[in-house]
Amino acid sequence: MRERLVVVGNGMVGLRLVEEVTRRVPERFDITVIGAEPVPAYNRVLLSALLADEVTDEECRFRDRRWYLANRVRLITGARATGIDTAEREVRIGGHGVVPFDRLVLATGSEPIRLPAPGMDLPGVITFRDLADVALMREAARRGSPAVVIGGGLLGLEAAYGLARAGVAVTLVHLADRVMERQLDHGAARIVEAAMRERGIDIVLEAQTAAVEGRDQVEAVRLADGRRLPAGLVVVAVGVRPSVGLAVGAGLSVERGVVVDDRLATSAQRVHAIGECVSHRGTVYGLVEPGYAQAVVLARRLAGEDARYTGTLLATRLKVSGVPVFSAGDVTPPAGAEVITLSDAAAGRYARLVVAENRLVGAILVGETRHAGFFQDLITRRADVSGMRDALVFGPRAEATAVAFEPETEPAAEAVAEAA
Amino acid sequence: MAFGTASVRTTCPYCGVGCGVVATPDGQGGLAIAGDPAHPANFGRLCSKGAALGETLGLSTRLLHPVVDGKQVDWATALDAVASRLTEVITTHGRESVAFYLSGQLLTEDYYVANKLAKGFLGTPHVDTNSRLCMASSVAGHRRSFGADVVPGCYADLDEADLIVLVGSNAAWCHPVLFQRIVAARRARGTRLIVVDPRRTATAEEADRHLAIAPGQDTVLFAHLLTQLADTDALDRAFIETHTTGFGETLARAREIAPSLAATATRTGLSEAEVSEFVGAWRDTDKVVTVYSQGVNQSAQGTDKVTSIVACHLATGRIGKPGTGPLSFTGQPNAMGGREVGGLANMLAAHMGFAPAEVDRVRRFWNAPHIVTGEGLKAVDLFDAVADGRIKALWVMGTNPAVSLPRADAVRTALQTLDLLLVSENVVSNDTLGAGAHVRLPAAAWSEKDGTVTNSERRISRQRAVLPRPGEAKPDWWILSGVAARLGYGAAFAYTSPAAIFREHAALSGFENDGARAFDISGLADLGDEEYDALAPIQWPVPRGQREGTVRLFGAGGFVTTDGRARFVPAAMPTLAAAVSPRYPLRLNTGRIRDQWHTMTRTGLSPRLGAHRPEPFVEVHPDDVARFGLSDGGFAKVETAHGEAVLRVVATEVVRSGEIFAPIHWTAETSSHGRVGPLVAGATDPYSGQPEAKATPATMTPVTMRRAGFALSRGPLSLPDGLWWSRIAVAGGFAWSLASDAPIEALVPAIRALFSDCECAELHDPARDVIRIAAFADARLAGAVFIGPAGQVPRWETLAPMVGEAFAPATRLALLSGRAPDGAAACGPLVCACFSVGRDAILAAVAAGATDTAAIGAAVMAGTNCGSCLPELKRLLAEVSRAAA
Repeated sequence: MRERLVVVGNGMVGLRLVEEVTRRVPERFDITVIGAEPVPAYNRVLLSALLADEVTDEECRFRDRRWYLANRVRLITGARATGIDTAEREVRIGGHGVVPFDRLVLATGSEPIRLPAPGMDLPGVITFRDLADVALMREAARRGSPAVVIGGGLLGLEAAYGLARAGVAVTLVHLADRVMERQLDHGAARIVEAAMRERGIDIVLEAQTAAVEGRDQVEAVRLADGRRLPAGLVVVAVGVRPSVGLAVGAGLSVERGVVVDDRLATSAQRVHAIGECVSHRGTVYGLVEPGYAQAVVLARRLAGEDARYTGTLLATRLKVSGVPVFSAGDVTPPAGAEVITLSDAAAGRYARLVVAENRLVGAILVGETRHAGFFQDLITRRADVSGMRDALVFGPRAEATAVAFEPETEPAAEAVAEAA
Repeated sequence: MAFGTASVRTTCPYCGVGCGVVATPDGQGGLAIAGDPAHPANFGRLCSKGAALGETLGLSTRLLHPVVDGKQVDWATALDAVASRLTEVITTHGRESVAFYLSGQLLTEDYYVANKLAKGFLGTPHVDTNSRLCMASSVAGHRRSFGADVVPGCYADLDEADLIVLVGSNAAWCHPVLFQRIVAARRARGTRLIVVDPRRTATAEEADRHLAIAPGQDTVLFAHLLTQLADTDALDRAFIETHTTGFGETLARAREIAPSLAATATRTGLSEAEVSEFVGAWRDTDKVVTVYSQGVNQSAQGTDKVTSIVACHLATGRIGKPGTGPLSFTGQPNAMGGREVGGLANMLAAHMGFAPAEVDRVRRFWNAPHIVTGEGLKAVDLFDAVADGRIKALWVMGTNPAVSLPRADAVRTALQTLDLLLVSENVVSNDTLGAGAHVRLPAAAWSEKDGTVTNSERRISRQRAVLPRPGEAKPDWWILSGVAARLGYGAAFAYTSPAAIFREHAALSGFENDGARAFDISGLADLGDEEYDALAPIQWPVPRGQREGTVRLFGAGGFVTTDGRARFVPAAMPTLAAAVSPRYPLRLNTGRIRDQWHTMTRTGLSPRLGAHRPEPFVEVHPDDVARFGLSDGGFAKVETAHGEAVLRVVATEVVRSGEIFAPIHWTAETSSHGRVGPLVAGATDPYSGQPEAKATPATMTPVTMRRAGFALSRGPLSLPDGLWWSRIAVAGGFAWSLASDAPIEALVPAIRALFSDCECAELHDPARDVIRIAAFADARLAGAVFIGPAGQVPRWETLAPMVGEAFAPATRLALLSGRAPDGAAACGPLVCACFSVGRDAILAAVAAGATDTAAIGAAVMAGTNCGSCLPELKRLLAEVSRAAA
């Protein structure tokens, strides 16, 4: 008799786990996947590109339902898991009854944070998390009304970019003094902001949203300083938090996320968690890459190996609004660290390295990410860079001489693909 | 005057050789420059500086309009202001509160009008000139020996001599065309060359013998020579008897100064063998020319040096005959012309002094209302008088005393106290203007001026205008005449052309001249305008009725004294003006370098000329490098009792241990800490008033510059305090050498601000003290700043050629790596300025088989024009062969 493996969450990480498990031990588990959205897992990272019409719906899909069938995976869509009974080893699904498990994996991901301001429940106020949101934004674009995006993190920038590309007049309001303040320093952020503005996006920094105004439908965003920004659509992208409601209800140990150890085990027997919903060694990852790594580790464990997950270097490598951005390691320099910046704001180029104790511990690249792999590798390996310290920022030594003055060829499509 | 594209024959504005130049307008404001094959000073040759004249004509640094109290005004307003303010100063403080400080750069006609206005009409005797810093001691020596300021011989004597002794002359660098003439003579007839100089200069390296004499002891050597000439019966007793007086007394003094060979050797720092060989060579060679220059002149006993040298020539009758004689190499193009008109404080006019008859004669000739009756203040005293308030109004023309005078910082401060500082200038800014000139008058520059100059061999040559005057620039004589007219002297200054002034000047030289004045060019007093314009180079005297010049004087006596006899002049026992001490144990020698001229306002505009020695430096003997804890290529603070400078250290055996050498050229415009004038004590010679500039007691301390770098810019940069910097011209702008002892992080905002109007690519690495900025305007590289740990900054030569080039945005950051796009290395330090050949190219030619300078020349052209780099080429060849051995 096969073990019953239940995966709650049909996002990118959940799917990756299923793929890895069915590939490694195709005969071992009866797998059930419970997804809240009505469709199978898709590439959430490409949502802004989809909105911008840079990719098609087709290109956002991963596996169709035939694949699930072929691999004997039971896919339940449009169904929200509402409870876990760890003693009985059952997952409750709203009105659909219960699904028993021998092994449970929580891959519930994150949910958008909503602002505690008046008017957030008005029609036209949305988040940017799924295909339904994209549909609403496309609708707004058709209406031609202006949009305000609240939040200048990666998600907010993506939303603003997608909307702008879809022809919407967009204003981005952000609480901090720069966009993506968690990944970028001022120099890098200025370049991203300039790129956004070049695309027609108005950016208002250090702006606190006081309220969303409107009678039956959103009409404007009012800022704490009194400014009023007309809007037919408001996208709230002020951040996400791990979806931990299910775990909390089940009595699992939860900090910011569901606490897992290096074996990706929760505090409950036979219950695992991966992806954005977990807290591993005190870290909650908001990116897909660590989730994928966790999925692989957990799949190997489920296949009987003694794999361990020890953490992922925080590296962002993607295009923010069409600008290639790479951010890895410690962005805030630790005390005593050395910061090297190479910048050409007008040309949209920025690089910042953080070196501590002769090791590269952080890197930000904007506009030019050719050497991202080189830097990421140095950070990951904790390599001693003292021998190449002074020319480090120019990339690998041999290349710096040979290619330095060549016109660059930007692998645009590849960079987008890598964003996942 | 129409300006076409036809070639114009004129003269070079640099040293006293007075080379003929053929200047051909390119139709775009520039000139093609060639040597004039027909000019007897150079026969077509030019040195690196002259050859680069075409690179110094840019208008970006020119003063183009009159400025009064900081406001641009028209000429009428400016001249009114000058006249009324001069009147006010005279009314309040008296006529002698006004002074003029002129320049060997002025043309004779300009000089004449200035001298006339001051000494005859304003009534102030205080007219001196930068010639005082240059060759006043030769003048005084000649006057004391010959009775007048006369150079007896000529350049052709260099061709015909069998022995040439160069005393205190680095002719290979400072008078390259004459030096190449000497080199050619050596090839043609085997002329022996002896160089007497404390430094092993490029000139000394070429010589058969270099006598590295102790500073200031030339008199001892020539006193000894005189005693030996007497003791070995090598005198021309007939010449002494017939044409001189004072021999016995002078010989007796010479025996006191040089009592024995051993004493001579001790005092001069030479070996007895060196002294004996010198004496033998000099004594046994009939045709001997003794050349002297600034090493002799710039001394508190320069006049004694000159008369001691002259004494040996008089004693042997070796004067005024082909291939013989004392010969002064003048520093400036028109030092002699300035003296001819009387542009020195101790002369009145036209070689006349202040004897009552002379004063009366000049007064009558000029119809002068306020003729002066006695000597005025000589340069050093004059600026002391500025400092203590006796001089209230000073008119500086074509010179930069805030840089070039001894104790130049004190001079700069003194200038700031004047009630009225008038400056006639070519340039919009220099250290003297920076001292707070109330009135700035734009003067015509070299290529625009029209008049005459007189070179070191008494040869008057026309300097002709070849380019139109830019902006509102005017000839100096026009400016002076305009002021004179406003003061009510219009009738005496109604000049309409330089020719008219020249005629008056020539007429004065012959006025009541019964042969008592050697300077007589009255033969030229009736030149028509066209004849003046076409005047061929001619050596004075040219007495009335004569149209031919005079090649040599005094060969058969006829000196310009009351009795027609030359004077032997007993010298004082030579001692330097200031003794070294434990506090200041070194001797600071100052002088010129090969490719720069004075304060670099012109040569500093030439990219070629800047590259040879791009930074202010101090040459230090390796023993002293160790003794003072310095390092070759590092920095030293050089200090005297009067001032300090921070200079790049060049360890070299060119200088003797205990002596250091620093060039005079850097100013506050071209360096932060490179002004050397402030260090010079400037004790003056009792006869000439010339300051001692080559033996100031000094000390050095190492300055660690842990950060170094460069900047490139199209125009001026306001570099922040706290940086050591010096500047040279490069194509399309400037290159700045930077250094700092302190961390530069605090300067980063100011450094960024240098290019605040540009798009900037920047590398900033505070932990390593690195900042690199490449600035772009209109997509082109407009400038750059690279600073980092010393020794780890890319060379500016790599980036400099890219200034002005367009760069795609994506490629800009790569510039900051400092690597050349094609991997080509820079060509190394410049050696040959004429053809811009760097050291690396020359070494490559040597590696490819060139074994002598001719082969190097054939391969890469270096050394084939002016030849001033030939000593350096030889040194490179020697280095290579030593390395190979």
